[in-house]
Amino acid sequence: MEENLIGRIAENVLQGRRNRDDEGIEEDYTGEPGVAELVKEALKSGVPTDKILLEGLSAGMEKVGQKYETGEYFIPDMLTAAEAVEAGMAIMEPHLIKDGVKEVKGKVVMATVEKDLHDIGKNLVSIMLKGAGFTVVDLGVDVPADRIVEVAEEEGAGLIGLSALLNTTMTGMGKVIARLEQKELRKKIKVMIGGAPTSEDYAREIGADAYGKDAFAAIREAEALLKK
Amino acid sequence: MSERGVIVQKPYARLSPEEIETIDRASMAILKNPGILCYHEESVSLLEKAGAQARATREGEHNAWWVSIPENVIREALESVPSRVVLGARDPENRVVLDAEGYRVHFGTGSETNYWLEVKPETFQSKVDSHERVFPLMEKKRGNVEYLCRSANLAEQLENLDFFIRNVNVQDDDITIDNKDVNVFFASLDHITKPVIGGIAEFERLNDVVRMAEIIVGGKEELVENPVVSFITSVIKSPLQVVAETAEKLIAIARLKLPVVISTSPQGGSTAPIDDMGMVAQVNAEALVGITINQLANPGAPVIYGAVPVRARMDDLNDMYGVPEFCHYNIACAQMARHYRVPCYSTAGVGDARVPGIQASVEKTFTHTVVPMAAPGLVHYSFGLLDKTQIFCPEQALLDNQQIGMAKFLYRESGINDERIEKTRVMVEEVMHSPYRMYARYARKMLRRGEIFPGFPFEGESEDQDQTLLLAHEKFQELEKNEPRHLPPEVRDKIFKEIPGLLPRLK
Repeated sequence: MEENLIGRIAENVLQGRRNRDDEGIEEDYTGEPGVAELVKEALKSGVPTDKILLEGLSAGMEKVGQKYETGEYFIPDMLTAAEAVEAGMAIMEPHLIKDGVKEVKGKVVMATVEKDLHDIGKNLVSIMLKGAGFTVVDLGVDVPADRIVEVAEEEGAGLIGLSALLNTTMTGMGKVIARLEQKELRKKIKVMIGGAPTSEDYAREIGADAYGKDAFAAIREAEALLKK
Repeated sequence: MSERGVIVQKPYARLSPEEIETIDRASMAILKNPGILCYHEESVSLLEKAGAQARATREGEHNAWWVSIPENVIREALESVPSRVVLGARDPENRVVLDAEGYRVHFGTGSETNYWLEVKPETFQSKVDSHERVFPLMEKKRGNVEYLCRSANLAEQLENLDFFIRNVNVQDDDITIDNKDVNVFFASLDHITKPVIGGIAEFERLNDVVRMAEIIVGGKEELVENPVVSFITSVIKSPLQVVAETAEKLIAIARLKLPVVISTSPQGGSTAPIDDMGMVAQVNAEALVGITINQLANPGAPVIYGAVPVRARMDDLNDMYGVPEFCHYNIACAQMARHYRVPCYSTAGVGDARVPGIQASVEKTFTHTVVPMAAPGLVHYSFGLLDKTQIFCPEQALLDNQQIGMAKFLYRESGINDERIEKTRVMVEEVMHSPYRMYARYARKMLRRGEIFPGFPFEGESEDQDQTLLLAHEKFQELEKNEPRHLPPEVRDKIFKEIPGLLPRLK
């Protein structure tokens, strides 16, 4: 019973089904329980939260990652699966807090820097980070450096993810790092940057800890930085 | 019905109905006066019996006849032409059904190129940064039987290729005029299960080729039902001259009730007028003459309106395929064929460029996309041709296969209808109320249903070098490893026993 439930959670992550209203990809599953309903049922049946998390949600997401690696899945598959994981995590959150689990992989504050309104890349990374098990505080677009640092400090985030699409706005990334240094938070909070005009060299130039070439690289970098 | 090819949902009609009528009247006027110059006595006799007037003349060493063909002779012949023609195939799934009243387009190979272009990657060291890089060099090799077999095997594996016309001229030392036809058809039929179409070099070998096809399908009647071979006859030498030997073949094929393409290839600026009106009026008249002779020989025989009008280069009078006039001519011919309800054989995708690259891609993309929009039933010359029709390059054929896939996608239905208004509104509403307002979920479903084009498969990762051709080369090498779908051993044995002239090495 328990194994069956966990297996169905993983399968529904692959199908990208947040809840019973969603269709699957292989066939029409509308009306059948999705990740949210299955997680609720698992919790009600007394399945431990770590088991739901690791063997259900994360295992499903891992399979999605494998399918992406082999070329079977594409970005929309990853995003849809990540949304399903997010739906499950929303149900899990109060139970995790009760169990004393603050964040599974760590907390990341995400933002597009000041004067820049582009959010596709930042949203992509936010969704994927959530799907990978990170806790994400997404501040949206056009966020001043002071506000980013303030929230990261308040939330106890280990990482700030910064996005910019314009070479006129990417200088805002350096301002965030300067502000962290000013508040003596630089050692405590890592900084990862990404976006079309940025590069590995630019990350080095402004003193960022990592550059995420794409959403997958961002997840790898986030995992590496928050492990340290 | 055939599932191969693609249905062009809304064919492009460059000519208005009035303009089509105008071309028709112009062609009829040309066929009456000056008429045609016919070198084939039996054709003259057939035309005369139907009501044409012939006047004997001498052209150099040959007897010839000026034949004035009245409109009613052409109209009556057109009445017996079947609008639906089946091109058979070894694999029934690969049959091509041509319907002059439908809009399904099929893509295939051609022509008989003299050269096979081999792509040879080599490593070079930069004088600037000392880094080594791989660049594709190319070597032209004379066409031979082995290359023909390899190209047929490749053609079998290209998903957007629907029919095969031998695309490499076999120039082996042991190939002669007497054994060429049987070896070319055998090499093709033994390596591909799609329809095989081809010309006959030597009239005397037509029966051997037909017998070979009968052995494959199991008999004479079976071959008429499932013509695994169809023929091309260039019966007209532009302008308006009926060639004796080819007319002989055309009549024989008509009597065998096997499909035949009347292929006429005038060159705008030299053997035909260069302007739209003049070119189309002449090429249309030429195609109609071939169709008429075919139908007079055997009313109801399957025949295909084949027009390969090209434009002359103004600097050397070579053919030009990658120019707008080429599209104008060919679109108009597709419309004329439809007007007469005769299946159409058209042309697209030839590169005037000598090697794969930007010029070839521009030329090929242009005609690959535009000409099929007029919905001719067959589009030949579409794979791997370069230097007009002198070179076949397998890597280029892979790139062309990709381009055709993209063109086919372009012709799809829009999917816009009133029933989808509410569904679309609900989708937008749901996304607007979601945290990140992204449509990935919906894109995913379309992706899985095959409704999203998968993208260009030969995309390189280098930032300072185009790698398309190198990647196509890798793919070609991979496809070459696949074993051809040969004829069953007992069929091959029977063919070798009964058909004279086959090269032992083909066994």
